[in-house]
Amino acid sequence: MLLALIVTALVAVALLSDLLIPRLKERWERYRAGRQRAPAPPYDPGRERRAEQRARALLRSCVNDEEWSMYRDLGFIRVWGSQNDGPARADGTGGAAYGYLVYPHKPIVAYLAQTHRLLNEYCVTFPDETRPYGSARLPDSDDALAKWMALTGDERRLIATANMHLPGRQVDPAAVKRDLWRLTQWERARLRTAGDEEGSTQADLTP
Amino acid sequence: MKPGHGEVLIAEGDVELRADELRLIEAFRDQLDSGMWAAVPVTEPAGRRQAQLVRDFEQIPRDADRVIFFPRAAGGAR
Repeated sequence: MLLALIVTALVAVALLSDLLIPRLKERWERYRAGRQRAPAPPYDPGRERRAEQRARALLRSCVNDEEWSMYRDLGFIRVWGSQNDGPARADGTGGAAYGYLVYPHKPIVAYLAQTHRLLNEYCVTFPDETRPYGSARLPDSDDALAKWMALTGDERRLIATANMHLPGRQVDPAAVKRDLWRLTQWERARLRTAGDEEGSTQADLTP
Repeated sequence: MKPGHGEVLIAEGDVELRADELRLIEAFRDQLDSGMWAAVPVTEPAGRRQAQLVRDFEQIPRDADRVIFFPRAAGGAR
């Protein structure tokens, strides 16, 4: 009896194999293909350059004239902090004014406006996991704009999201100090230019 | 914002037209569902520029001329 059942089952399997095997094979191939990484398109410097140009135009249209000039001339944007007691997780600033230096694809650096003492580094990224061109990395100016929007839109949330480190973890403190000095010089030159232009305008208007 | 591309136009329309508004709402939700953050660049009365992060279509000022979507922030290198 048992032997008869086994023989019947084997015959049934043999008859169904023509139907089952192709389906199983197709499923296995689909499963394997799903696990394989899709080939990334080759790096195209022209495409990256065009993307950066578009990103710069977008950044320029969002920030004010001073911030745009700062980014163009110095390579970073200063954003003033808005929390009463300094950025979160920074031990408080005692109400002193503070700002952030926003660099593309580098941590945001918080500092005290008056003394230029560096407070912290806030490491944050904006990865696009859809990787339309094989990379999750935004163009430089888009990264700076994303940080600017997140900082000015919800400073607390961005700082809470970021990984905080003491100054010097990723960005050289000496380089940041030098950037703060460059920023001071840049602002003085800008003020001088604005003063000269105002003076000449008034001279033109004097009868 | 897209890696390797920069700015990409997703949808445009007039929010005063119902059909356009529905299309914009759908595009807005699609972007947020795919994990993007949305921001509206605004100019304060004092002239200061900043971004307003929005999580709902109703939060977008009616006179906003654009909404920018960008990948949500994540903690960087440890």
